[in-house]
Amino acid sequence: MSDFPHTPPKMSWTFSNDVNAEIRRAAATGIYDIRGGGSKRRLPHFDDLLFLGASISRYPLEGYREKCATDVWLGTRFARKPIHLDIPITIAGMSFGALSGPAKEALGRGATAAGTSTTTGDGGMTEEERGHSRTLVYQYLPSRYGMNPDDLRRADAIEVVVGQGAKPGGGGMLLGQKISDRVAAMRNLPKGIDQRSACRHPDWTGPDDLEIKLLELREITDWEKPIYVKVGGARPYYDTALAVKAGADVVVLDGMQGGTAATQDVFIENVGMPILACIPQAVKALQDLGMHRKVQLIVSGGIRNGADVAKAMALGADAVSIGTAALVALGDNDPALEAEYAKLGTTAGAYDDWHEGRDPAGITTQDPNLFNRFDPVLGGRRLKNYLKVMTLEAQTIARACGKNNLHNLEPEDLCALTIEGAAMAGVPLAGTNWIPGRNGSF
Amino acid sequence: MQTFDLAKEGLRALNASLHALKGQTNMTEWDIINPRGAHAIAAGVDAPVDITVRGSTGYYCAGMNKQATIRIKGSAGPGVAENMMSGTVIIDGDASQYAGATGNGGLLVIKGNASSRCGISMKGIDIVVHGNIGHMSCFMAQSGNLVVLGNAGEALGDSLYEARLFVRGSVKSLGADCIEKEMRPEHLALLADLLKRGEADHKAKPEEFKRYGSARKLYNFNIDNAAAY
Repeated sequence: MSDFPHTPPKMSWTFSNDVNAEIRRAAATGIYDIRGGGSKRRLPHFDDLLFLGASISRYPLEGYREKCATDVWLGTRFARKPIHLDIPITIAGMSFGALSGPAKEALGRGATAAGTSTTTGDGGMTEEERGHSRTLVYQYLPSRYGMNPDDLRRADAIEVVVGQGAKPGGGGMLLGQKISDRVAAMRNLPKGIDQRSACRHPDWTGPDDLEIKLLELREITDWEKPIYVKVGGARPYYDTALAVKAGADVVVLDGMQGGTAATQDVFIENVGMPILACIPQAVKALQDLGMHRKVQLIVSGGIRNGADVAKAMALGADAVSIGTAALVALGDNDPALEAEYAKLGTTAGAYDDWHEGRDPAGITTQDPNLFNRFDPVLGGRRLKNYLKVMTLEAQTIARACGKNNLHNLEPEDLCALTIEGAAMAGVPLAGTNWIPGRNGSF
Repeated sequence: MQTFDLAKEGLRALNASLHALKGQTNMTEWDIINPRGAHAIAAGVDAPVDITVRGSTGYYCAGMNKQATIRIKGSAGPGVAENMMSGTVIIDGDASQYAGATGNGGLLVIKGNASSRCGISMKGIDIVVHGNIGHMSCFMAQSGNLVVLGNAGEALGDSLYEARLFVRGSVKSLGADCIEKEMRPEHLALLADLLKRGEADHKAKPEEFKRYGSARKLYNFNIDNAAAY
């Protein structure tokens, strides 16, 4: 051995331990990695934005004393019975199948207590969620599992799902472990098969067909229900414009941080855009068509707290939607279950093998031994608390910006901490008047 | 007999009138005149009534039908009887794409030809086509029965689940995981019944058909089958 200093071992950035581990896993198993949740990358996000707050040029409203409205109307364009929610935070579509019956019940209980809506998913409508949800949005998906006119009519709104943020252009997946007798019966499939939902609707393609499809759904429901069109964050300007042209009452836009029950990791991490980049384009499409605030915009994908809600609304959204955060509120990935996560080879906070149906929290499972651990009453209470806290947080910020309604928040209330955030959100970099990409700047 | 002039009174009035029949049976026969290719004619009906459409229809005629018998005295546009739950839809002419898509029950009879994706993702409906069907028919079909007196286009039954397909003529090609299967006595009996209910028993005999179904090799993912996708 020489006494001279030697070059220390150097790990590759390109071939990191994580990358090499995935190569070895693929080589050993011959199957791509499937997981739940949304993108885990560090993406440009609402964290890159700050509120400016009031000062001399604007005056704030008194916290807790002066009113700051939070309610929202959805579906005012065509529906005879638009939806009125007390708060602009809704629960995103998550299927029975992906989630247990008690988890769906808890979402209904919590959302109803907080004055907002829940949404079905790719598996039909269950009694648990209809019974416990004052306002229930019924998803109309390519698979059409469980789709029937009776449930359409007892829904409060219909959401035509074209795509979702975790996998724009991809269909759903529910692996055999979770296809229990009840799930199989609702989806009219053999028990235990790996169920792959279609990525395109079976009976329409393109915006012109979509317009006719929306007409049919309106006719079947006698023009009562608001019809949402949900798209993944891919080409938000054109998708929003085409959804409006097709006759949507509401556009739901889901960024790549939005979760899924089960999709290929390569899809989740490499297809679609972060929600921050999507909102301004969708708002611009609505403004260009003269439809901003007439067709409502709901955004989702990585909404975690009242600041995120306020930032999304300042950028022009009418409401937001939460999925992953709602599951965390129910008890998903709770460190109290660390010993059980360790047995599954993971750790609290990282658990994403929702497709395996072994969730120790009893939320993403169809195993009665697991889902019976979950208390839907307690879960509902936790969700209600969380929704109320988020709303209060958003109000706190809005009042500080001098707004007596969350919908009065505006891009002028924001600045960006990063050049990327400034360019995507279309707000100035902090301390400058520079918006990259505007006025001919690069 | 109620006669409804669609050109004069409009689609909304028609469907509102038909939906109002739910739970009552005193107006059981409807004649719809001047359909002129309108979309969503008689969509969402839920009553045991007999509806005749005097002409050709646009998209989604009889969509999500329950209980009603709907006769189209012409041809039907895309998605006729889509997601039908029960009842009967009979088309004298041809049907465009996606006929009977995702249908859960009831009987769809097409006396002419059906275009591509007939019976796509069907979930229990029975479909009888007197003529030919186009490509990608019964894609991801889950359950129910398709009977074709003529020929089938490319990729019949691609990614099929448990639906049963009976074709009398030629099949241009089978889709992934779709194979020809043995015709057993119970299938002949089933076919005889379907041909009768599909008003085709005078045109064909059960013994003239071949049966196709799922090989069930793609039900659980296996990397060695990746080339089939």
